[in-house]
Amino acid sequence: MKPRHHKLALFVWLALMLASVLVIVQTRFVADLSAFMPKVPSARQQMLIDQLRDGAIARIVLVGIEGGDEAERGRLSRLLVSQLAHNPRFTSVQNGDSQIQQRDQQYFFNNRYLLSPAVTPQRFSADGLRAAVQDTLDAMAGDAGLVVKKILPRDPSGETLQILDQFIGESQPNSSDDIWVSRDGKRAVLLLQLAESGLDTDAQAAALADVRQTFDHLPARHVATRLVMSGTSVMSVASRDTIKSEVERLATLGTVLVVALLLLVYRSLPLLLLGLIPVLSGALVGVASVSLGFGHVHGLTLGFGTTLIGEAVDYSIYLFIQRAGGNEPRHFWRTIRLGVLTSITGFAALMCSSFPGLSQLGLYSISGLVTAALVTRYILPGLMPARLNLRDLSGPGLLLQKSLDFLTRMRWVMAAALLAAVAVLVFNPQDIWNRQLNALSSISKEQNKLDAELRGDLGGNDMRYVASFSAPNQESALQLAERTRPVLRELARQRVIGGFHTPDELLPSQASQRARQAALPHAVEASRRLDRALDGMPLQANQLQGFLADVERSRSQPLLSRQSLQGSATSVLLDSMLIKRPNGYLVLMPLRPTGEGAQSDQIALDKVRAALERHQLEQVTVIDLLEETTAIFDSYTHEALVFSSLGSLAILLLLGVTCGWVQAVRVTIPLGCAVLCTVAIFDASGIQLTILHLVGLLLVVAIGSNYALFFANKQQLGNEVEQRQVEVSLVVANLATVTSFGLLGTSSVPVLSFIGSTVAIGALLALVFSAMMARIRPRAHHS
Amino acid sequence: MSKTLAGLAVLLAAGLCQAAELSVADLMQMLGQKKSGTATFVEKKYIAMLKQPLESSGELAFTAPDRLEKRTLKPKAESVVLEGNKLVLERSDGRKMTVALSDRPEVAAFVESIRATLSGDRGGLERFYTLALSGDAEQWKLNLTPIQPRMQKVISQIRIAGKQAQVKTIEFLQADGDRSEMAITSTSAK
Repeated sequence: MKPRHHKLALFVWLALMLASVLVIVQTRFVADLSAFMPKVPSARQQMLIDQLRDGAIARIVLVGIEGGDEAERGRLSRLLVSQLAHNPRFTSVQNGDSQIQQRDQQYFFNNRYLLSPAVTPQRFSADGLRAAVQDTLDAMAGDAGLVVKKILPRDPSGETLQILDQFIGESQPNSSDDIWVSRDGKRAVLLLQLAESGLDTDAQAAALADVRQTFDHLPARHVATRLVMSGTSVMSVASRDTIKSEVERLATLGTVLVVALLLLVYRSLPLLLLGLIPVLSGALVGVASVSLGFGHVHGLTLGFGTTLIGEAVDYSIYLFIQRAGGNEPRHFWRTIRLGVLTSITGFAALMCSSFPGLSQLGLYSISGLVTAALVTRYILPGLMPARLNLRDLSGPGLLLQKSLDFLTRMRWVMAAALLAAVAVLVFNPQDIWNRQLNALSSISKEQNKLDAELRGDLGGNDMRYVASFSAPNQESALQLAERTRPVLRELARQRVIGGFHTPDELLPSQASQRARQAALPHAVEASRRLDRALDGMPLQANQLQGFLADVERSRSQPLLSRQSLQGSATSVLLDSMLIKRPNGYLVLMPLRPTGEGAQSDQIALDKVRAALERHQLEQVTVIDLLEETTAIFDSYTHEALVFSSLGSLAILLLLGVTCGWVQAVRVTIPLGCAVLCTVAIFDASGIQLTILHLVGLLLVVAIGSNYALFFANKQQLGNEVEQRQVEVSLVVANLATVTSFGLLGTSSVPVLSFIGSTVAIGALLALVFSAMMARIRPRAHHS
Repeated sequence: MSKTLAGLAVLLAAGLCQAAELSVADLMQMLGQKKSGTATFVEKKYIAMLKQPLESSGELAFTAPDRLEKRTLKPKAESVVLEGNKLVLERSDGRKMTVALSDRPEVAAFVESIRATLSGDRGGLERFYTLALSGDAEQWKLNLTPIQPRMQKVISQIRIAGKQAQVKTIEFLQADGDRSEMAITSTSAK
């Protein structure tokens, strides 16, 4: 290149770097796992999943106190509640303590005439009252007699029983000495509700830290006691922390390892620094492009930065080693260009993915690789010393050549490996695909187990089946819920569902509250009707003055609103069902399976849908979230399969067009073998593949094709020395790739480790198989 | 509540100590002999607020060692099944509610007064009550006084009367002065 051009290139490069740094400085980095959850096709599903992840349900924290003896755990549970109760970071703190429960009971009892769906004008006619009082007396004669007796003087028509009726069949947390304990009695359990939504991970982290700190400083706490927590917020804070520390660890280790490898090969600090220039440039441009393209950069995308180090450093490795002799192998840049093109084709397929995280990775890699290649092509040569003082690699080179020659003679090994792989895939009965969405989550098995236990302890609110709708405002939402409730009740009676909750049970619409108030007779009339109703009954009206007073008070009491529930356990339940959204309200009504029969944990949703339709409630959709997420995941695995196949096909086409079909086939066979064998290795080790393994395989094709191309490039073959140099550079490049991806493979974040392990194994196999199959044997060539 | 009656051995044992003052141990041994039985019951609740007692009736079934079922037929169908630590309440519409006795000490005290008496489980009774026995095998009276303050707030005493291994009446005296009386007629026993 002419010096003038070189100066221009340098200038452009510097400007680009500066611009990238400027963009990066203003970039927002996120670290939750949402980017690696698929965007779901329908807005409704997305909304539901968002709710479970960020909404009211995600604000619930399940807490357990373990160790010590029961008395100590109980004492700590009470202390923790009293200290957290006034912390503004929590909207609710409960441990089953009867004081808090009393608040709920009072809400239902004091407001029974506004809350009971049974309150109608007929019920408060003389005949209606008579029937209602008779019902209450009958209930009193039965098993619940003691409870009913208590409410009789103020609630002879049994409205409280009507309200309680809704909660029958609920599984309640166990309690001991008045506070909640786990099923096995070995831990005290509490339920917290965070004030901040799941979107603010920092605030949630601070609140969780508050809980830990408060617990640690409880007076005279027995050392054997400990705190455990679970819930969506706990998990998202934990995964964020894991991702943060993993990204730092991987970036540092990856750099150290590649630098060490290069130092070993180059034995020259200047060359090492030069070699890192394309990598660094690529990384800067990559991050800046993602930031511009997506508005933010995900922490995991940075995690993949280590892999970019692995690939981008290859170019300078090829350049330095192959040009060490001062000569420029013919068609060197052509091969590099083809290698970059194949990689880009592979990553471009990623960009089409519906996983925002994967499309970020695609953009990051493409812009990074193009930059790295361009910098290697136009900046590095100008900065390189005229004669490279590269360590003499002819010794290792000769050795390497011998090994490669050996590999080339061992072609049959590849055939054998292929056969073995096919055998494994055919005969292993295990499904090679993992269909669990949480396969990608970085939550540990222990944490998941704890979560399941605590949920069970607290009455199992796992929200698998949900009936849901949206409405423009709270009043219309509650009115629609009121229309839905009788349908659900009928379904419960038919044992299609075991039970349900609707928000209007806790907070009726204003219209219903007014209607119920209007149904209550005024004092004089009420007293008259009561007299008539009690005629001939064992009860006398003068014993029911409390009832008459309560009815009179209820007629003019202020209507109930969300504030009326403040501080009660019921408000937490209401929050999870009646959710304010930017443009209206979302209602989620949990449905419980019956717990009976062969499929006791399942609900026949078609029956529920049919019943809703019969009552013109089409706007209420019922969803099995488990099936929904599994189905979404299946469709994205399918999508990934399609784009990976298309990506691979595009790479083959590219090879075919640029180097001829014979050559393309020569390159393809070892790659195909590498992919098959990698899949077989996972299958044989009992690992089920996820969408990210699939992405890893695509990268194997993209990266592996570079090796095969260099091996197979006839024109590039000069003398034996040059051939050796090419091969040394290939092996060093491969080592860098295997190292950096292998490092990812060790990560505790599944997203990183799945891709990492796949590429590390696949790239190594691709190199070996390419040496066997694609390599043109110099000896054969020369003799 | 409940039923019962004695096998041959029981009759024999009962016959032997007929004249003698009955000890708690003897009574428990006698009661513990039976394996299962069914009975009908009529329960009357005397409540201060009401001019007449509330009456309910139905069936009882006991299977040793710890299953007790009370099926009320009138005035409203409902049932309570107690098995081990689990109490299941079922209402006429088929809906069920399950309570773990270990969770609700006062409910446990309540149901143990009947179940432990029927199965002759002295330890089970003494966990919750102090026992006072009078009469002889042909006509005994066992008075249970709650130990726990929480239980005392609800029930002041439970009076059980019977003849040999057969429980005839159970009377609950409530702390507020109300009381209930259950008369039991055995229909079968083993």
